[in-house]
Amino acid sequence: MKPAAFDYVRAGSVEETVSVLAEAAGDAKILAGGQSLVPMMALRLARPTVLVDINRIPDLDAVRRTDGAVEVGALVRHRDLTDQTEHPLLAEAARWIGHTAIRTRGTVAGSIAHADPAAELPVVALATGATATVIGPRGTRIVAADDLFVGPLMTTLADEDLVTAVRFPLPSRWGFAEFARRHGDFALVTAVTAELDDAVRIVLGGIGPVPRRATAAEAVLAAGGTAGDAADAAAQEIDPTGDLHGSAAFRRAIAAEMVRRALAGAGIGQGRA
Amino acid sequence: MNVTFTVNDESVRIDVEPRRTLADALRDNCDLTGTHLGCEHGVCGACTVLVDGEPVRACLMFAVQAEGCAITTVEGLQHDGALHPLQEAFVDHHGLQCGFCTPGMLLTAVHLLEHNPSPDRRTIREAMSGNICRCTGYQSIVDAVEAAAQRYPPGP
Ligand SMILES: Cc1cc2nc3c(=O)[nH]c(=O)nc-3n(C[C@H](O)[C@H](O)[C@H](O)COP(=O)(O)OP(=O)(O)OC[C@H]3O[C@@H](n4cnc5c(N)ncnc54)[C@H](O)[C@@H]3O)c2cc1C
Ligand code: FES
Ligand code: FES
Repeated sequence: MKPAAFDYVRAGSVEETVSVLAEAAGDAKILAGGQSLVPMMALRLARPTVLVDINRIPDLDAVRRTDGAVEVGALVRHRDLTDQTEHPLLAEAARWIGHTAIRTRGTVAGSIAHADPAAELPVVALATGATATVIGPRGTRIVAADDLFVGPLMTTLADEDLVTAVRFPLPSRWGFAEFARRHGDFALVTAVTAELDDAVRIVLGGIGPVPRRATAAEAVLAAGGTAGDAADAAAQEIDPTGDLHGSAAFRRAIAAEMVRRALAGAGIGQGRA
Repeated sequence: MNVTFTVNDESVRIDVEPRRTLADALRDNCDLTGTHLGCEHGVCGACTVLVDGEPVRACLMFAVQAEGCAITTVEGLQHDGALHPLQEAFVDHHGLQCGFCTPGMLLTAVHLLEHNPSPDRRTIREAMSGNICRCTGYQSIVDAVEAAAQRYPPGP
């Protein structure tokens, strides 16, 4: 047995989850798909004394088309995303997450709350201007993806907060591109572009501690520049660090190429300006 | 904590600490040592079992989470002493050497063929990509799954 001992609570409702979390005052963790938390517990990087299993809470597994957006409940699995057709960008992004046996368990809300710098869904969340419904001891609030990610595995969510759903607006045009060493690996670089209300967002993942909007590249496009110009701008404005998976210069080059491909996929910036 | 589930259609009731993974519970409490443990953090795929028909890393699920679930392990694939078509195909096509990865490979492939009875090689590779083999080489594993697909569906 590798994880440290903990008390297990199989939560039957959102209310029960929130009250157990509040009572534990920071020593409890929510267990969703377990695909990130359990490895961290096995390595004893995480040692919660209470684990609140939310997998049996009813009605948290719906994918709902709402006005101009798709809302997914906290227990929607990556596999449910690949199987749905309401939000094609989400379906494409989810196909890049790990492997079948990871996607059957891992959840969308878990991925957002976990905030791995190389994860796909936080990049999509930022690119589409997604919002999370969060329930904490002081009630329900809506948190925008723009205000969520603060560092590697760090968000503005409190230990007592439960994400019950994430709402992803539907872009009129979108593109997704990723480079990973081996199929199913975490991304070296992910680029997502989404057009919403005529504004185009370009977001890069894997190149720093949090997913990052390439605002200079967005400005190039808004001024009528081509995808190539935007890609070059994106490569200049980011500040990737090198590690054993790739040098900083390599990541910069790959980032430019991924932005180019994402924009090509979206059909944005393709005409000669 | 007490937990009740079925393994290969047999009901079991065990008393485990919450921190015991499903993989450890299968091996140590149920004496089903066919489920292997390699990395114990979700990467190698050796511990893959079916939980309610879906492939799951048994090292990333706690046994207490399996309350009421139906689990299939490699021991559940043979029928009345006859090997499952996938197991036969792995033998025929040299899909294993040491056999360490094989249980996870088999259950991953069972799930694939149940959902897609005639996958092409690319689809097979994609589906099996989460399972690591240190000895056989993946060509013969893909060959085995491809051959078994032709003999399907006499399933488990
Ligand atoms: C081999 C392997 C490969 C992987 N590859 C990828 C990959 O390529 N890309 C990728 O993006 N991910 C990958 N993952 C991680 C996977 O996507 C996880 O499913 C995801 O990061 C976390 O979701 P989860 O539901 O499993 O969360 P858990 O592991 O259960 O929880 C993760 C964290 O989020 C918190 N949490 C969970 N749900 C909520 C909620 N509703 N509200 C508030 N907090 C919550 C937990 O308390 C915990 O801190 C991989 C995992 C493995 C094991
Ligand atoms: S032992 Fe579970 S995936 Fe390696
Ligand atoms: S047969 Fe030895 S690890 Fe695959």
